[in-house]
Amino acid sequence: MNIDKKIADDLVANDVSFVTTVPCKQLAGVIEEIDQRDDIFHIPSNKEDEGMGLCAGAFMGGKRPAIIMQNTAIGVTINTLATLTQFYRMPLPMIISYRGELREPVACQVEMAVHTKALLAQLNIPTYHFHWQKDVEEFDNILKYTFMCNKPVAILTDANFWGGYGDQ
Amino acid sequence: MIRSEILKEIAPIIRDHLVVCNIGLPSQELHMIDDQPTNFYMLGTMGLSSSIGFGLALAQDKPVISIDGDGSVLTNLGTLPTIANNATGNYTLLIIDNGSYGSTGDQPTYAGRKTSLTAVATACGCDNVIEVQDKDLGPVLQSAIDSDEMTIIVCKCDSGNIKLPVITMDPVVIRQRFMEAVKA
Repeated sequence: MNIDKKIADDLVANDVSFVTTVPCKQLAGVIEEIDQRDDIFHIPSNKEDEGMGLCAGAFMGGKRPAIIMQNTAIGVTINTLATLTQFYRMPLPMIISYRGELREPVACQVEMAVHTKALLAQLNIPTYHFHWQKDVEEFDNILKYTFMCNKPVAILTDANFWGGYGDQ
Repeated sequence: MIRSEILKEIAPIIRDHLVVCNIGLPSQELHMIDDQPTNFYMLGTMGLSSSIGFGLALAQDKPVISIDGDGSVLTNLGTLPTIANNATGNYTLLIIDNGSYGSTGDQPTYAGRKTSLTAVATACGCDNVIEVQDKDLGPVLQSAIDSDEMTIIVCKCDSGNIKLPVITMDPVVIRQRFMEAVKA
C-alpha cells in the first residue's frame, strides 16, 4: 500500500481542499503527493500557528482545511489550538509526524515525544496513533469524525508507520 | 490620530466587506464603532489576524481586509513571506502602526524604533506595500480594496487608547454570524 497516496486520496474524498504544511523528513512523501493534487490547494507555512490561522480563515471561507506538521509543533501551537481552533469550534485534522518514537535516530526528538500525548490529552484533543501501515485504514473515518464534531483532531504517525529511517 | 479615530474614519469604507480584526482593543473598538456580521473579532491568539484573513481570501472571492497592528505583525513576521508568495488580489492587510503594544499598556514596539514594517514586507516579497500617514488612509484603503492587486498598507499613527468594554459575544456566535455573511 502506498500510504502517501492513500492519505491524499482520503483527503480529496472528504472534500479537504486546503492543506498547509510544515515539513518533516518523514512527511516528505505525503507533502509531495498533496502538492501534485489538483483538488488540493497546498500552501506551505513558516510556523505551525500561522498555518492554523490560515486553516481557520479557509474554513470560514467555506473550505475544509488540514495541517501537516511535526509533533514538536504541539509545543508551538497550544495557545492557537485553545483560543482559536477550539474556542471558535473549528474542525482541523492534524496529520502529525510523531518524532522521537520507536526507530527514532535523533535523541532530542524524544524530549518532545514524551510530552506529546500528555499535551494533547490535556487539551482534550481526540488523538489517534498510526504505528502500523494498516492503521491508515482508519484515516477516512477520522476525517469524517473531525468534520462531524468541529474539533481539532490529532493523527500521530510514527517512524514505524512511515517505514523507519532505512539503515539508521 | 490614534487607532480608534482611524477605525471611525474607515468604518464606512470597510462596512460592506469581510474584515478580520486583531485581538484586544482593535476588535473592541471596531465592535463599538460599527458592529457588523462581516466583522470577525479575534478574542485571543495574538498575531494571527493576517494569517486568518489571508486564508479566508484564498478560500473565496470576496474582498478581505485584515486589520492588524505593528506589535501583532512582529509576533507573526513569518507569515509575510507566505502572503507574498501566494498573493491573491482580494486581500488587503492593513497594519495600524502606532509603534506600541496598545492593548497591554502602550509599551513601545521595535516598529516604533529602528524596524520598518514597510521595508520588512517589501523584503518578504510583497509587491504592493504602501506606507501612509493616518489622515491619508481613507482613499488609499479604498483603492486597495477596489484594486485587483493584493496590497499591504502600513498606516503610521499615534499611540493611545480609549476606555471601552470587552466583547462578550460568544466566539461561536461571532464565527457563525461571520460565516453566514461570507456566504451571503
